[in-house]
Formats: sequence, structure tokens, C-alpha cells
Amino acid sequence: MSGSAEEVREHIATYKKIAGALAVGTVVTVLVSYLDVSVAIGITIALIIATTKASLVVNYFMHLGEERSQWLMVTLGLTAIFWLVLMLVPLWTIADHIGVANTLPNANVHEIAEGEEH
Amino acid sequence: MEIPYTVAERPDTGLNNVKLGIWLFLASEVMLFGGLFSTYILLRVGAVEWPLGAEFLNIPIGTVNTVILIASSVTMVMAYASLKLGDFAKYKTYMLATVLLPVLFLCIKGYEYYEKVSHDHLPSHSTFLAIYWTMTALHGLHIIGGIVVNGYFWGPGSKMWHAKPAMFENRVEAAGLYWHFVDLVWIFLFPVLYLL
Repeated sequence: MSGSAEEVREHIATYKKIAGALAVGTVVTVLVSYLDVSVAIGITIALIIATTKASLVVNYFMHLGEERSQWLMVTLGLTAIFWLVLMLVPLWTIADHIGVANTLPNANVHEIAEGEEH
Repeated sequence: MEIPYTVAERPDTGLNNVKLGIWLFLASEVMLFGGLFSTYILLRVGAVEWPLGAEFLNIPIGTVNTVILIASSVTMVMAYASLKLGDFAKYKTYMLATVLLPVLFLCIKGYEYYEKVSHDHLPSHSTFLAIYWTMTALHGLHIIGGIVVNGYFWGPGSKMWHAKPAMFENRVEAAGLYWHFVDLVWIFLFPVLYLL
């Protein structure tokens, strides 16, 4: 955040609006979770709201919206790409049978509850 | 001899070293938490069944914790803005709030953990609880780190304001970037674990 006292005061006014938006977003997130929709739609809506809130924090609180450094943009751009690959890798490993139960040994809650002594 | 570019911007990067350094650190943290979110995706997609968060977790308590952490993010940025305006007294007030709010968050989280343990909802109980405990505990450790750093900048570290105000501003900005990141993680963690 750069600049004169006047600019800082304008920023402060913005921060208060963003705070309100984040509070509303939180309430909406919780309310939406009570909707009777499929898991896939629920996940999509929740992640859209979370991403919106996150972008407000990143742009305004972390001042990324004002940053002009190419080094920073390239660093964060690469980070975003690697993060996306990280999210997709586990899905790619099962891309041919998403939605079908896998035989991961600890995926079955009932087997753990029944069997083992700890 | 002073370390260069702690306040002045480097001509090659356009940033001071503090800001570039903290963003590089946050990039590594994205990969840390990203790995765990990726784990969550793999475990959930591969599970025969997966409980709704509400079966094990208390949504009102999670919501309160979310509001607390967002509030602490607001007070952090207000602390930094106060420094930019030269108002040290307001900075101290906002920074104190930024330290105390996550302490409250941890107390509530501690209560949640206590409830889990007393009902034998340990990581060994199920995959869902294993990933819940892992991710929230790692996030909790990050909160403790943030409390320590912000507490230092509220307390003994704030003496730097009188000697080197620009350098102190940069340090608080870096601490703020870290703190907003911790809040960001919870913004995703709360719906993923509690609501879905």
C-alpha cells in the first residue's frame, strides 16, 4: 500500500467494505450448505464462494491488485500452475473410474470400525 | 553495514527484499497446504462412503471461528494502515486485537478437539477424521506461529517504529501477508471439511 494519507484513508474505507463482503460470503456459504442439492453442485457452489472470498483477501488485504512487479506475477503464476497440477494429479490417477469405489484399504469406514484393535 | 533493499525497491525485481521473500515463502506454503487438499480429494473420491461434515463437526462453532479469523485479518490490515498514517497508538490497538482474536480461535478449536477426543473421534477412527485432524492441526500450528510473530511486533519488536519506521512498516506488512494467507487457508478449509 503506497501513498498519501488520503489514499490510505480510501484504502481503509475499502477494507471495511471488503470485511462486510467477507462476512456476507461466510453466511451465504453456511446457508447454501443446507440446500438440498447433489454433492457435486454443493461442492461447486461452496468453492465458487470460497474463491470469491479468497480473491477479495488477496486483491485488497494482500494488495496484490496494486502490485506491478513482473517477478511477483511470474512467481505467483507458476505457483498457481503447480497448485492446479497438484489438485488434478490425484484425479488423473483415477480418471478412468471416477465415481466407482476404489479399494483403498482405509477408504471403507465400516471395516475400520469393526476390525482392528488399537 | 546494512542489508540492502529492506526498504528501497530493488531495480531488478521492483520489490524490496522483504516483500519478495515473504511471497516466495507463501508460494511454498501454497504447495504445503495444496498437497493436503490434494490428499483430501484423492481420499474422498476413492472412498466407498464419506460422511457429511455435520455428522462429526459443529457448523455453528466452525462459522464463529471463520468470523473470528476474518476479523483478525481485518484488524491486521487496519494495523498496517495505522502505521502508514503514523498513528502508533491505533496500530498497537489493532495489532493487539490481531493477536487476541486467534487466541480465541485456538481456544474454540481446543474445545472442538476435546469434544472429539472424549467421543473417541480420533484420526484412527476414519479417513475423514484423519484428514480433518491433520489439516486443522497443521493450520493451528500456523496460527500459533502467527500469534508469536504478531505478538512480537505488538510488543518488543514495536520499538523499531521509533528508530526505523519504514523498515518496521515493511516487517508488519510481511507479517500481514503471512496472516492473510493463514486466513485464506481457513476460508477453503471450513467449507471443505465442515459443510461438504
